[in-house]
Amino acid sequence: MSASAFTRRADAALADPVLKIAVERTAGTAEAKRGIAVQHFAQFEQARVRGAAIKDHVIEHLGHYLEQFEAAATAAGAQVHWARTADEACRIVIEICQAAGAKTVARSKSMMGEEIGLPHALAEAGIGRIETDLAEHIIQLAGERPSHIVWPAMHKTSEQVSALFKQHHLEPHNEETIPAMAESARRHLRDGMLGADVGISGANFLIADTGTICTVTNEGNAELSLVPPRVHIVTAGIEKLVPSMGHAVQLLRLLARSATGATLTQYTTFYTGPKRQDDSDGPQAMHIVLIDNGRSTMREEGLAEMLRCIRCGACMNHCVVFRQIGGHAYGGTYPGPMGAVLTPALDGLAKNRDLPNACTLNGKCQEVCPVKIPLPTLLRGWRERSWREGLEPVSVRQGIAAWAWVAQRPRLYRTAVRAAIFGMRRFGRGWIKALPMASGWTAHRDMPAPAAESFMRRYAKGER
Amino acid sequence: MTPPPPSPRVALFVTCLVDLIRPQIGFAALRALEAAGCTVIVPTGQTCCGQPALNSGARDEAAAIAKRTITILEGHDAVVVPSGSCAATIRVHYPELFEHDPAWATRAQAVAAKTYEIMAYLDEVRGWRPDTALAATATYHDSCSGLRELGVKAQPRRLLKGVEGLTLKPLKGDETCCGFGGTFCIKYPAISNAIATEKAGAIDASGADLLLAGDLGCLMNMAGKLHRDGSTVRAFHAIEILAGMGDGAAIGEEA
Repeated sequence: MSASAFTRRADAALADPVLKIAVERTAGTAEAKRGIAVQHFAQFEQARVRGAAIKDHVIEHLGHYLEQFEAAATAAGAQVHWARTADEACRIVIEICQAAGAKTVARSKSMMGEEIGLPHALAEAGIGRIETDLAEHIIQLAGERPSHIVWPAMHKTSEQVSALFKQHHLEPHNEETIPAMAESARRHLRDGMLGADVGISGANFLIADTGTICTVTNEGNAELSLVPPRVHIVTAGIEKLVPSMGHAVQLLRLLARSATGATLTQYTTFYTGPKRQDDSDGPQAMHIVLIDNGRSTMREEGLAEMLRCIRCGACMNHCVVFRQIGGHAYGGTYPGPMGAVLTPALDGLAKNRDLPNACTLNGKCQEVCPVKIPLPTLLRGWRERSWREGLEPVSVRQGIAAWAWVAQRPRLYRTAVRAAIFGMRRFGRGWIKALPMASGWTAHRDMPAPAAESFMRRYAKGER
Repeated sequence: MTPPPPSPRVALFVTCLVDLIRPQIGFAALRALEAAGCTVIVPTGQTCCGQPALNSGARDEAAAIAKRTITILEGHDAVVVPSGSCAATIRVHYPELFEHDPAWATRAQAVAAKTYEIMAYLDEVRGWRPDTALAATATYHDSCSGLRELGVKAQPRRLLKGVEGLTLKPLKGDETCCGFGGTFCIKYPAISNAIATEKAGAIDASGADLLLAGDLGCLMNMAGKLHRDGSTVRAFHAIEILAGMGDGAAIGEEA
């Protein structure tokens, strides 16, 4: 089997000791803190059930809540736009920016922005972009993409960030400690935020009955990049809807705990429409771009449960595969278990068939998911589709098919077992150090050799 | 609930890996079940539960194997399996395979309802306790399917406590996957190895003489890694210890 693009990326990640340290620091801390937070939240399980039910209800009645949201947001003075695809969404955002005569935009971290390729679209349109989230700022300086949905710069160590800041930030260059680095970023970013023409954010929740959007950050960068500019643009997936503020609050209780282990994010802000007459500040115009980008199809094609996702990152923090290879190896906007479900839907199964396969199906992701998404089941679903569509490698297809045929014929199967025992024992007794038909295994570990006779044969001979 | 029959007719599904690699796990299972008062039948037509096909997305192949396995197993009071993941395949995934086939769904559900991972069966259904001794320290790894799909966690520990002279030492990350993952370890060997390396480190750090678990696949992965790395920790399926067969050759030692 020739190495796939995924395998090559994974191999490169495995060979990078610094990446391993960086991922372990952040994901390990997140795992520990989430564990404590959940322990102290007595009704966590009931909250998960409720959270899942809220999202399922909205996804089932999506049309109703979208109309309600549009009406309420419009009544509050916002303009609502609809985008079927990523390209449509980018075009709408760029047109709004151009109509506003924007030279620079301040962007508050949003995975939807990444999903639709907004940074690239802004660059193509010649519009300057200031990433105001600290981690997004780091990867903007490095010219990279996020490797985690909560910590976009998870793959970087503080040492690497220090070097990056020294290279890009203005004087003085004393960015050695984390507080000094944060101070340096603050100086660098603040003028940009205050001077931007347009602020662009995502939304953690769209509240249908009031037309309100909700953002959560720990740095306050959303507020600072969305209130001063003349125009606020929101890009949000249609699955972000909740019926009311009360429902948003229930999900917020799950979100922060599952993501960072905090009870609540430092900043949880609700925005309803642009500046009103009596408001002391706020943008003159608010545009909300509601984006489908494959979500309706996912709902119809057996992935409705994936639309519950509130983007907390717990699944990847607890994933043994993610912890080894980090986020970039997944190759899509979203990494880890949720990414392995989403990326084939967003970017096609044929070039992403590795993602649902590169999983041990250990079920930890489902166990920690705050909205009980059956991630292993959804990953199995992709495997089945990949098999049906003939996307699995020929060697795997033929191997499984031949083995399955033999497994339905016990007498032939016993003969095959005898042959396998004979064959394997030629390579060693006790431990096998190298086995050509399982070289992937014996490259890294020894293989116990089979006993001289199979269980079924010994049992048939009367052994007990 | 009706009490279990005094001597239930139990079908032992040994699993393909036990059949091929380590038959003594099958004999240990047989011995323990008989000690727990069961009449054990080893259905001769059994091969594999079909998990490799199921996990590869080959649903039709998995369903074909499942139908055969259901036919072989359904005429017994209970089906007992010395593997959490094979037991979970029958108990959890067989019914899912026949969602659109009501006749087979009924049969799959009937077999699923009476299929048990062996230590859960011995502990919870039979209330059995081992009558054996082994002077050793051991640590226990919770294989993922048994743990998360069947709730096997306390049962093996309760049973192992009954082995005289055996001390259980805690394993850091005992619920963390070992990186085996069935076909995963063949399809993505480098990632699997990285995960197994960490697991082997934790096992070594436990200070135990023995590694115990309830799934041979995971045990082969962990023991193979430990041995390659020069560790002296020896590995057994927990049922071997419970059946008083812990004084023999460990996994990877030629008997």
